[in-house]
Amino acid sequence: MKTPAPPAVTDRVARPTKTRRPVLARDDLSPVKVTVEGLTKSYGSQRVLTDVSFEVKPGEIFTIMGPSGSGKSVLLRHIAGLETPTEGRVTINGQDPSLPETRDRFAVALVFQSGALFNSLSVYDNLALYPLEHRICPKKEIRDRVMRALTILSIETAANKLPADLSGGMKKRVAIARALVMEPQLILYDEPTSELDPVMGATIAEIIATLKEQFTVTTIVVSHDRDMAMTISDRIAVVHQGRLRTVQTPSELKASKDSVIDEFLNPRIDIRNPRFRQLENASS
Amino acid sequence: MKRINDLLEALGSALILAGRAFASLPSAPRILKRVAEQGYLVGYTTLPIVTILCFFIGAVLALQAGNTLRDFGAKQLIGTLVGESLARELGPVMVAILLAGRVGSAVTAELASMKVSGEVDALVTMNIPPERLLVLPRLIAVLLAMPVLTMVGNIIGWFGGAVVCAQVKSIGVEPEMYFQSLKQYLTIRDITDGLIKAEIFGFVIMLIACSTGLRTRGGPREIGFAVTKSVVFSLIAILTLDYFITKALS
Repeated sequence: MKTPAPPAVTDRVARPTKTRRPVLARDDLSPVKVTVEGLTKSYGSQRVLTDVSFEVKPGEIFTIMGPSGSGKSVLLRHIAGLETPTEGRVTINGQDPSLPETRDRFAVALVFQSGALFNSLSVYDNLALYPLEHRICPKKEIRDRVMRALTILSIETAANKLPADLSGGMKKRVAIARALVMEPQLILYDEPTSELDPVMGATIAEIIATLKEQFTVTTIVVSHDRDMAMTISDRIAVVHQGRLRTVQTPSELKASKDSVIDEFLNPRIDIRNPRFRQLENASS
Repeated sequence: MKRINDLLEALGSALILAGRAFASLPSAPRILKRVAEQGYLVGYTTLPIVTILCFFIGAVLALQAGNTLRDFGAKQLIGTLVGESLARELGPVMVAILLAGRVGSAVTAELASMKVSGEVDALVTMNIPPERLLVLPRLIAVLLAMPVLTMVGNIIGWFGGAVVCAQVKSIGVEPEMYFQSLKQYLTIRDITDGLIKAEIFGFVIMLIACSTGLRTRGGPREIGFAVTKSVVFSLIAILTLDYFITKALS
């Protein structure tokens, strides 16, 4: 992977058809607006999402919550442009996110639940892949950019390690650092605190909030983590059985009288539940 | 009907994949390092097995043909038979079968695993076409490695035949006579036809391996299925294509 000489980079930036955001020009990195209109998704006969509509304002942290299997991750994959809607549409500043031109125009980073780090590459190479492949800046600048991202996430020591040698929490941090190197205008997090202990979960939540403040980036988080969602979100959408139940601020959501939302936010463990009784009767 | 649909879908997606991979050919200079890595895997690491396999194929051919030709009083033609058989048919086919089993399966497993773990999706969200990063280097590598592997396989096979002719008393053909007969009737066209076959086989095997890997969905069980499917399809493709290429070249 050869890094071009600086004049070539200037040429690339100047060319109107191949406009690429200059690396350090923060004024070009304005956060984007995401619009979901009447989104319906079916896999064969199975309907996963039904008529979902909402708008994410530039620069806000928008959390999508809901029970397992409610279609949250599928919704996120549509926003990332990895899925095609059966009906309706998703746009990023009015553009279809699945088109390469849109991806070229707006930097959208997706932090996968598993991290999805490239196992054959070191942590450093994982982070450097995007700028190297897109020849955004000279190699020296890429190095600075990667090291800065590693420092922000406090994982400088992991630069030469392979993903297989990292713990779950470290992998999540590397995945976030990889997103950060892209200087994204939109970051999508898929279950960022899953499989982490509460302390590491809180650290990741702090990182998400800090990145939003520092880099004014639009953030969409898919999560089960009620505490994290209530703490860092500007607004929260609740998806239930493939339908959008509500979009509210955390304080509005706390005060909600909706039984589905109440059950999701305040689950009660009742061992006298009739379902457990049935099991008890069956075993005796 | 469903199977035919699946087959046509697989064929279509393989062709689209090849088209997309070659559409990113202008960026080939940037993937030279990856081509070299894949060339090492496809070519260098396969070479020892090709050598062993082809040596014994040449040896067995000479042994089988030697006894029969001796009965007809034509044992001086063993070199021609071994040379032609290996160059035109057995060399490319056996190297291709070896490639399908050794390299094709590994490529499918690697790409399927990347697909299942979300690495391929990560590339897409980074606007890095997986075809450019994962498929094109492998296709270029196999196109460069196949003629070399086949030619080395042919030469080793010819030597295998010569060793048997010299060592097995019932055949008793001197190496000089064996190679003279090989040189006398074997033409450049025989060798180039075999290399053309090898190129096509290699390309198809790698395309099937990449396409099957990148179409995998699910978990570890599906990765296993994908590897089996890739090897089986490759073997069917090799033997089917062999007939049609032979017919076209004859």
